[in-house]
Amino acid sequence: MTTEPRSVNVRLTVNGTPREAAVPVYRTLVDLLRYDLGLTGTKEACGVGVCGACTVVVNGNLTASCITLAFKADGATVETVEGMARDGELHPLQASFIEHGGFQCGACTPGQLVAAKALLDSNPEPTEDEVRRWMSGNLCRCTGYAQILDAIVKATAAREA
Amino acid sequence: MTITEKPQQQYKVIGTRPIRHDGLEKVTGRAVYGADVKFPGLLWGAVLRSPHAHARIKKLDVSKAAKMPGVFAVMTGADLVDLESKLVDMGEEIDNLAYTTKKLMADDKVVYKGHPVAAVAAVDLNTAQEALKLIAVAYEPLPVVLTVEEAMAPGAPLVLDDLVGEHLTGEARNTNIAKHTRYEFGDTAKGFARAAVTVERTFKLTMVHQGYIEPQNATAQWNQDGKLTVWTSTQGAFNVRDAVASILKMPESNIRVIPLEIGGGFGGKIPIYLEPVAAVLARKAGRPVKLVMDRKSVFEATGPTPGGTIRVKVGADSAGNITAAEADLRYEAGAYPGSPVGAGAQCIFAPYRLPNSRIDAYDVVVNKPKTAAYRAPGATQAAFAMESVVDEVAERLGIDPLEFRLRNASREGDRRADGPIFPRIGNVQVLQAAKRSAQWNAPLGAPSAPHKKRGRGVANGFWFNGGMKSSCNLAVNKDGTVAMVEGSVDIGGTRASIAMQAAEVLGIPAEDVHPTVGDTDTVGQTDVTGGSRTTFATGYAAYLAATNVVKQMMGRAAKLWEIDESGIEFKDGTFFSKSDPELRLTFKQVAEKLDETGGPLSATGTVNMRGAGGAFSTQIADVEVDTETGKVDVLRWTVVQDVGKAIHPAYVEGQMQGGAAQGIGWALNEEYFWDDKGNMHNSSFLDYRMPTALDLPKIETVLVEVPNPNHPYGVRGVGEAPIVAPVAAIANALRDALGTRFTETPMKPSRVLAAIKGGTLDGAATAASSNGASRRGRR
Repeated sequence: MTTEPRSVNVRLTVNGTPREAAVPVYRTLVDLLRYDLGLTGTKEACGVGVCGACTVVVNGNLTASCITLAFKADGATVETVEGMARDGELHPLQASFIEHGGFQCGACTPGQLVAAKALLDSNPEPTEDEVRRWMSGNLCRCTGYAQILDAIVKATAAREA
Repeated sequence: MTITEKPQQQYKVIGTRPIRHDGLEKVTGRAVYGADVKFPGLLWGAVLRSPHAHARIKKLDVSKAAKMPGVFAVMTGADLVDLESKLVDMGEEIDNLAYTTKKLMADDKVVYKGHPVAAVAAVDLNTAQEALKLIAVAYEPLPVVLTVEEAMAPGAPLVLDDLVGEHLTGEARNTNIAKHTRYEFGDTAKGFARAAVTVERTFKLTMVHQGYIEPQNATAQWNQDGKLTVWTSTQGAFNVRDAVASILKMPESNIRVIPLEIGGGFGGKIPIYLEPVAAVLARKAGRPVKLVMDRKSVFEATGPTPGGTIRVKVGADSAGNITAAEADLRYEAGAYPGSPVGAGAQCIFAPYRLPNSRIDAYDVVVNKPKTAAYRAPGATQAAFAMESVVDEVAERLGIDPLEFRLRNASREGDRRADGPIFPRIGNVQVLQAAKRSAQWNAPLGAPSAPHKKRGRGVANGFWFNGGMKSSCNLAVNKDGTVAMVEGSVDIGGTRASIAMQAAEVLGIPAEDVHPTVGDTDTVGQTDVTGGSRTTFATGYAAYLAATNVVKQMMGRAAKLWEIDESGIEFKDGTFFSKSDPELRLTFKQVAEKLDETGGPLSATGTVNMRGAGGAFSTQIADVEVDTETGKVDVLRWTVVQDVGKAIHPAYVEGQMQGGAAQGIGWALNEEYFWDDKGNMHNSSFLDYRMPTALDLPKIETVLVEVPNPNHPYGVRGVGEAPIVAPVAAIANALRDALGTRFTETPMKPSRVLAAIKGGTLDGAATAASSNGASRRGRR
């Protein structure tokens, strides 16, 4: 029981930067990001991959980082909320969330933003129904979703403009 | 949509929608929440929890865990019992404090599943969790009581051997009834005798959770001088400080509690769970210790809102006037006394003017986690019962449900059933606005399929709102901006709503007030962010501080102009001489000259507020029921609420939408699913189904501004009232759709389907639901 678990070396690219950490085999990706790499923007809330708070993009796919083992991300490209703003410019979604009150407590916000960005990256002009459907994988307990969905829809309008 | 009672003063900042000051941090992932803190030498803690809902601990041996490599400290209830024994003879408060320590960690008995038994601090979380497996505990399981009926039955097993109940007859021992309260007014028997229609029903509710996204956490570190610092996610840093001081028997002033960003609370982050554990472990280990709950522990061992049983009886004469009402509320307190049944009792009849009333309220201990506040605690359960019965009375009388509520609506000067006289309230205005609302006047529309049925329901809800203590410091910067430190944790945008009130006074843009949430060493005592009090009370503190700043700035302007202060006026952010129109200086211009006129300028505002002014929230639900699956879809929803004055209308709308959303989840899906041993079987977000974006329509809002006379801008609390009506509104909509009156939560597909098939979930016959009265005259 007191045997040290085997440690593995994980190399990955996070938000465009090569990173490396030696972690136990049981380490989850969310813990790697938060506690080994100091990227605490990604939150863990349910631990079973259903609430969306820990959502990141791994090799282009939306991923629940709380049920993904860190070593599985070896060699991967990972995008988190910290990588959304580029060169000091907020992503239009980030600006829209602030502008349209897309959050109250903010705990689900990183996951909401990463998920919404993935939607717009694959479907730049989603209908309101498509937005609602896509975002149903991210729980928010504060807003009733109206202002989140509004912020996303208006961000697409802003991009088109 | 905003409906203002009468033309109000024109404001520059109040009522606008500036972006929130913490917005950038929160959309970039930089905001620091409780679990995000990191320190050199930080240890991780883990808590061993009881697998039994009720058991005596026969043996507890932590020696093997303590010897495990990587483990720095182990603690058990013994570490708190010693402290408790020092607190003898402090009167009634002893019991409460004793229960607080026992709830934090069991002594010789566990009273709910998940009850902490021991805790470990180790180099990392995995080591701490492995060490828990080395702790040997021998339990002797005891019989459990899980419902108020079981707990109140003669000869029921006792949850707490030492409980002294406060009953109407005086103190009582050997009881699970912690408190029985009664409010009586007039003569209900005479009132019911005058009634043309009387409806009496019994409602059952099951426990639900606040469901905040961020689990509880706490980090503690001791300084060399014996002072303790705690970083935590809490609704009230000062309350954490005072509670930890009591439990650790140390002066409050030796504890600094730093509240980090909080990922939702809804009342559930008022009690303490981890802070004293982190503190004891950190003291023993000599290193900082962090504890973070997993979701299972959050469900099993924090404070949900109670289930229980509520009986309501309402009589009305043929003209539609209520002649009498009675209520009997029995709430599960959880394993220790203190359910919100008192608040439920005080709110249950509040929307109505009643000539005769009687309310009985029972606080009952059961082998479930100790309940905590959840957004208008106790009122949603009460409104489910009362608003269902009121609806049925109106239906039997053939009166439109909103018209019936208007006819009997409580108004300023009326006596609330539990005694207080209503101050200025917006009940009537809200009901009238609901009648005029777009949804109420829109057709329900035909069902989307032949096997679906539609219905519309309405319900009203009341919440008191709170006042209490708040503090705010302002310091003027030489660039004309103002630094603000206020004591209220910001859960949903209150930095903005507080800063806006200061900005309005100072005549500067909201963006020029820079708010910071203070810790217990940087700002005066401030009570919890709860009771819908923050924008009201802390906003008032900011108003007072800003008023003081203006007065001092006037003195500075007087110095610059070498005239008397009395000759200066301040309007729209500009100081000007009453006699010389040439002498004008903006707030910023005076700020730039601070060094020449006496140096730094700061001010403090402190309040201990009363007169919060209650709020009413009437809600309209349109639902569609799939009669093949029992699934209920919410098609359309409107929240109509008296908000006093909306400081930041978008955030007020957000509160109304969020409260309604939680109420809809409560009505349709959410429940603690228990077995007969007191095990919760759905303690994850996978199985405890909270509403997703697909489960809710875009909730419409109507803000009715009936200013609160006890606040300079008319603010009344807005956060809690919107969760009160939804459960009843759904039940009333289902009655409209199916002809069945639901008396149990949640109205989940299996329950709805059973009702459609003419039975109940338990196989019993459907409660008599209809006397064949015609549908209401609305359509």
